[in-house]
Order: sequence, then structure tokens, then C-alpha cells
Amino acid sequence: MRAAKYIWQWRSIAKQAFTQTSIVAKFLCLLHVTNNYLCSSTLVYGPSMLPTLNISGDVLLVEHISHRLGKLGPGDVVLVRSPVDPRKIVTKRIVGMEGDRITFLLDPSSNDSCNIIVVPKGHVWIQGDNMYASSDSRHFGPVPYGLIQGKVFMRVWPPHSFGSLEQ
Amino acid sequence: MGSGNILWSLAKNYFTVGLIGLTISDRYASVVPVRGTSMSPTFNPQTSTFWGSSIDDCVLVEKFCLEKYKFSHGDVVVFSSPSNHKERLIKRIIGLPGDWIGTPHSHDVVKVPEGHCWVEGDNSLSSMDSKSFGPIPLGLINGRVTHIVWPPQRIGEVETRMPQGRFSSF
Repeated sequence: MRAAKYIWQWRSIAKQAFTQTSIVAKFLCLLHVTNNYLCSSTLVYGPSMLPTLNISGDVLLVEHISHRLGKLGPGDVVLVRSPVDPRKIVTKRIVGMEGDRITFLLDPSSNDSCNIIVVPKGHVWIQGDNMYASSDSRHFGPVPYGLIQGKVFMRVWPPHSFGSLEQ
Repeated sequence: MGSGNILWSLAKNYFTVGLIGLTISDRYASVVPVRGTSMSPTFNPQTSTFWGSSIDDCVLVEKFCLEKYKFSHGDVVVFSSPSNHKERLIKRIIGLPGDWIGTPHSHDVVKVPEGHCWVEGDNSLSSMDSKSFGPIPLGLINGRVTHIVWPPQRIGEVETRMPQGRFSSF
């Protein structure tokens, strides 16, 4: 009699624990899908996107829809998985899409060595806004479209520059 | 009212299952079919026929390797094609950053740059790989193939091996 009561008690506790765990698991799954397929926030810092983004760190909202639909164009600020180090994600601006002819300076401090390149199929040309302190397509060439992780559309921090990034 | 309730709970269940499935396939493991003969005889050898028609192999792809991006020579990986981001390719890693790769048909030797890798199909006759598009960034890799899960007579592990007669690093 007593044993049966214990078993019943234990079962109800286990049932409750299972329900709670599955609620947490579902919530984590929802979080993952939202972060990967809809929109996420990210902290970026560094000098390469001056004057658009601050050197000390901005919090940006990133949407993950338009790069899956192929709706990116020149001028969009995107997050790209760095081709040099796959663990790093960099923020750059798209300058040219596939088939575009790009003219760029190899060394911006001296104004003579000019290069022209045609962006190959399936690639994009990305550059930082601060051409003096940015490691971008001028160094590692055009990057495959598949490396693009999302498009930045809004800045939420610092509060005085809150708002849309699109001009 | 009753049928509306049933529909609502059905939709909720589908939504939950979709969410969980998507998360697992993104973070842990997924199963994908292999098309084409570029990785023959590892996948899709012509001998595996089933009632007259050959069927495609299905493979298990694990995603844990994406946390550190650590790969070794001979790993079979899934990556999105550098020329078309919607296309997924399955190839074997031949060279990692810093390796010198020589192609069998031409005499030039290419150095694999930092953060890139050199991929080739096992069937060198019909394979679209680094011999045509060069080294690919490691960031394009989607996962590592560990097992064949279908058809039943071919279930088994995919071994990590280097093709014969290739020099990888010196």
C-alpha cells in the first residue's frame, strides 16, 4: 500500500519534471529558429566601418530573411563569415554583386595603383566604409554569397543613434 | 467549435515538431540524400541497385564540427557551392590551410590560403571540385558526413581516408 503510494508520487513528480523540461526545450528551439531565420541582435566593434558604426561597439539588429531570398544589393551592410578565419564574423558593406566591374585602390594612402576586377558568379565584393583600416575584398578577393549571414537593418545601441541604418 | 479546436491543436503540434526538427538539423545532425556519382565508390556506387533502378544513398551529417571548424585530411564534408549558394556539394577534404596541393594533370602546385581548404570528389573523372573552382573558405562548410543510413545493405561508417598517390603536405 505504502509502496504503491510512493510509486504514484514518484510518477507524478517525473511527469511534472518532463513537462517543465519540454517547455524549456521548446522555448530554446523557438529561440534558435528566431535567431537563425528571422532576426537577431549582435554586438560589433572595430574601426573598419567608421563613420557608419562606432569604434567602441554598437548593438545591431540583423535580419536573416533577405539573404536567403537573394534580395541583397549594393549598399547593404551585411554580416559575413570571414573567409580568412571561419570562427570570426565581420561586418562590411556590399559594393558589387556578381558580374559587376569593380575599380579599387590596392593601397589607399598612395593614389596610383588602381585595379579593376569583375566579380565572378555567385560572389559579392565587400568593403569596409573606412578604407584605411579595413581588411576586406581588397585583400582576400570576392567572397562567396554563401558566407553571408544576415543583413543589418537597425541600430539599437547607443541610444542617441537609435534607428534605421538604411540611407 | 470542436473541429476548430482539433485543427488548432494539430497546427500547434506541427509547428512544435517543425521547430524542434529545424533546431536539431541545424545544430546537431541531419540526414541528406546524395545525388550524382562524383563521390563514387564511397557513395552511390553503380552496384547498389534496388529492383532494377539504382537508388541514392542517404547520409548522416553531424554539425558539431562547426563550433571549432576543426577538420582533418580525408573528412567528407557538405558545403554550399561557391558559385551558387543554393547548391550543396559533398566532397572530401584533401588539403587544409598551409598545404601545397599538386593537381595530377597539370604541373603547378597551389598553396591553400589561410581559412580555406581543398576539396575533391572520390571519382576524379566526373567531379566538380577544387580542381575547377579552387580552394573554398571553411565557412562554407555545413557539416561532416559520418555514416551512410540508407539503403539498408549499405549502412555503415564513412571512413576518413586519403586517396592513393596524393601528397598532402611537406
